[in-house]
Amino acid sequence: MKECEVVVLGGGPAGMAAAARAAGLGLNALLLDNRETLGGIPLQCVHPGFGVHYFGEDLTGTLFAYRLMEKVEKSGVETLLKAHVHSIEVEAYDEKLVNVITREGVLRLRTKAIIYATGARERTLFELGVPGGRPAGVFTAGEAQLLMDLYGVLPGKEIVIVGSGDVGLIMARRFALENAKVKAVVEIMPWPGGLMRNVVQCLMDFNIPLLLNHAVVGVVGRRRVEKVVVAKVDEELKPIEGTEFEIPCDTVVVAAGLRPNVDLLEKIGCSIDQATGGPIVNDLLETTIPGVFAAGNALVINDLVDYAAEQGERAAEGAKLFVENGGLQTTDWIPVSRGRNVRLAVPHYMCTERDATIYARVLRPEKNVFVEIPELQVRKYVAAVRPAEMLRLKLTREQLKQADGCDKITLTVVPRE
Amino acid sequence: MNETELVCIICPASCTLKVSTVGGEVKVEGASCSRGVEYARREAVNPVRHVMTVVKVKNGDLPTVSVITSRPVPKKCVSEVMKSTAELEVEAPVELGQVILDNVCGASLVATRRVKRLV
Repeated sequence: MKECEVVVLGGGPAGMAAAARAAGLGLNALLLDNRETLGGIPLQCVHPGFGVHYFGEDLTGTLFAYRLMEKVEKSGVETLLKAHVHSIEVEAYDEKLVNVITREGVLRLRTKAIIYATGARERTLFELGVPGGRPAGVFTAGEAQLLMDLYGVLPGKEIVIVGSGDVGLIMARRFALENAKVKAVVEIMPWPGGLMRNVVQCLMDFNIPLLLNHAVVGVVGRRRVEKVVVAKVDEELKPIEGTEFEIPCDTVVVAAGLRPNVDLLEKIGCSIDQATGGPIVNDLLETTIPGVFAAGNALVINDLVDYAAEQGERAAEGAKLFVENGGLQTTDWIPVSRGRNVRLAVPHYMCTERDATIYARVLRPEKNVFVEIPELQVRKYVAAVRPAEMLRLKLTREQLKQADGCDKITLTVVPRE
Repeated sequence: MNETELVCIICPASCTLKVSTVGGEVKVEGASCSRGVEYARREAVNPVRHVMTVVKVKNGDLPTVSVITSRPVPKKCVSEVMKSTAELEVEAPVELGQVILDNVCGASLVATRRVKRLV
């Protein structure tokens, strides 16, 4: 049995930032990852757009990962690789056991706090409810990225991308650059799932058609994908009969968004938010199990890696308070309620004792709006909001103090006029 | 006269910009701020892009190294950069920032991943 104060699960951006910060705060921390190297998913991201907020520099995913690895190394935090976390047991309020399978055998860790930073997984064709066969040639966008950008293997020559999430858009450009033909990107919603920047630089630059309000209603092929059947959808996102057409292709790439990895959290009884797919947390990112914190894409799907790293640091600060005081001392938690045009908001509970950050997404695009929290008299003008672009609202302790005595605070998006 | 339509990527408002060039003069319509006008001008006069791809590696712990142009190159040069990388093969080890190819369209290709040599 090995003793720790905090165990960080996952060596991606959120976990690395959390572990380095925890060590910096003087905690006896251990960082675990199941792969052979730290870095997580950014190691397979060769495009820039990483680190603008966190490092003040525009880096590729790979360079961002190396920067954070250096930070981890400098912090002196102990790291264990090729370590698969089998289960968590909650023994007491400030005592958890983490059972880890390593090359040397089973390792049991006794810890006061846990930071859960296990990232997300990609949604599959099954979750989208796409009928048809399952021939060879169906990949998720992340798999295609791994094949092309780590192993140098082109998954196919004629591609249809299902969904327009950012990874899919980035891969559309990579396919086009490698002379594969991207026949179409098919998006069921009336707006793209990814950032506008990616729609312009990954699709428009290469004249790749983006079919909004369309769904793939069938994958056809015996051994290998031969074609997909596409149809227009109505306002309820149901395919409209008679609008079907076929697109011949040899490869289908699914880029329909991510879901937080919360398996082990569910097993220990953490409450999950249906809107985010991640755990319900307070402003220090502590889940409903005391001393278990969550950060990064395991908490909520972020569009910027910078936010994942920031959440990791925040969780480490929470763990420090938890370990030092034998639990968080806050007793008055104020729920965050979702107002008009707000699809999700994290954290779910705030307190009046310290600064905090709210991450949120809207339901639908809207121009010329105020993002506001009436109870705090916070109101911010935004030229436009889009579901693909996360809203991030920093709140000071002074602002939060105005919620004293309120039974909730409401995040809401209202038209300016 | 040359007229094109662009989507602004400076902020989430995503304004549709109409850019027309008459003689040497660039006119931008539809932008709700000055940053949009500037973006449209740049895109109309000399659009540039970073190019990122992977290059084959011999005797490495991974078969490829990722690379990026040291500075953005003119958009029309993107395919030329890609062609120049297609036949390239470098020997491991590769260090971060190592120049993989010099002087292609006014930039160099720089390694963005570390590849260890397999002994």
